[in-house]
Amino acid sequence: MDAFMENPVAVMLSDPILWIGLWYGLLLTLQIAALSIVLSFAFGTVLGAMRYSGLPVVKHFAATYIEVVRNLPTLLLILTSYFVLGLPAMWAATIGLTIYTSAIIAEVIRGGLNSVPTGQWEAARSQGFSFLQSMRHIVLPPAVVKMIPPIVSQFVTVIKDSSFAMAIGAYELMFKGTILAATFWRPSQIITIYVVISIIYFTINFIISTIARSLQARLSVGRGSIGS
Amino acid sequence: MSDIFGRIGFLQEGPFAIPRWEAVFSNIDLLWQGALVTLTVASLGLALALALGTVLGVMGASHWTGPRAFARGYVEFYQNTPLLIQVFMIFNALPMIISGLFIPVITIGILGVGMYHGAYISEVVRAGIQSIGRGQLEAAVSQGFTYVGAMRYIIIPQAMRIVLPPLTNQAVSLIKNTSVIAIIAGGDLMYAGDAFAGRFGHYGPTYVLVGLGYFLMCFPLAILARRLEDRTRVA
Repeated sequence: MDAFMENPVAVMLSDPILWIGLWYGLLLTLQIAALSIVLSFAFGTVLGAMRYSGLPVVKHFAATYIEVVRNLPTLLLILTSYFVLGLPAMWAATIGLTIYTSAIIAEVIRGGLNSVPTGQWEAARSQGFSFLQSMRHIVLPPAVVKMIPPIVSQFVTVIKDSSFAMAIGAYELMFKGTILAATFWRPSQIITIYVVISIIYFTINFIISTIARSLQARLSVGRGSIGS
Repeated sequence: MSDIFGRIGFLQEGPFAIPRWEAVFSNIDLLWQGALVTLTVASLGLALALALGTVLGVMGASHWTGPRAFARGYVEFYQNTPLLIQVFMIFNALPMIISGLFIPVITIGILGVGMYHGAYISEVVRAGIQSIGRGQLEAAVSQGFTYVGAMRYIIIPQAMRIVLPPLTNQAVSLIKNTSVIAIIAGGDLMYAGDAFAGRFGHYGPTYVLVGLGYFLMCFPLAILARRLEDRTRVA
């Protein structure tokens, strides 16, 4: 027992300060990620619908936004939100991630809607369904099935990319861990902290990607190939 | 003309004022050098990612339990942890394990994005191989093709069509992700822009140009990916 307690890594790991620090870092990571996902879903749906709509100006605005943002690094968007828009670090990270993720979600939503053949629309309208009724009862059910798995796996990307907030000094998990690591000098302690951070990210993301995969498998089996 | 501009407030002061643009354009070679570093890291990183991805993808599609489990573990680890922490592991932790080891930042970038996107590419390759179906290989071999010949003339041409669009998308992500080395002073486009902007506070115009740089590198590839996708759908 004494030998164990003299081990610097064991001493470090039994210190609650480390775990409290990482816990607060994790909370901020999850807060940034959750807010970005909710906001991105809202903006992404609007953008995706705009691009799908076929209305001339609206469509081109959405398409330009999506094409520009998709080809920019998320880090640049976070830095721009912080330094140019002058937002506080936590919000700069959230908004930067939202600008990017809403473009991705918009494409997922448009892809889902496009996957429903136009014949389905025409059939629904010819049977007297209104636009909204056709959307609600005919087009959305199969489209949403296609959208869910990629949106869930986008959560993983958002959680991973929230670590870029380190660059603007938001105390999320990655930055918090790096600061804590800097309070130790032994390689074994510093490496252990990095390993612990990796395990935390891995556990969360692995759970989410497993859910995404099982959704994908279940939804694609459940719907079969009828009509496609 | 200059009188008109003189009356427009935001062109005289604020984040996008004309003097700031002038300052950035007179130092454009700093950004250019950064762009060259980004291109170097991206192209060598892509080469590494393709090599790793092909090997791991073939392992993942194989029937041997050991290699398949290894490929699975590799993919799960790299896809579910942030690239930033992988880069920090190479940057901070590796020189501690091997004392006296010095890794140039550009090499860290190449290893970082190469290993990270290697995981994604291996999934693409695995899906490509598995999509072809064993019957094709068996049919080819029964018609007198050798294994290599069957791969060369039957399996790979078909798999390529499926694999190319997602591979091109991976190249786009890889270019964008090289920007993480800015956080460890990598000297790439993002870092060059950030360092210049931070010195004088010319964030607005610098970031616009940095963004334009990344866009010009990525957009042609994104277009190519879409063309390839459309061609696959028709065929």
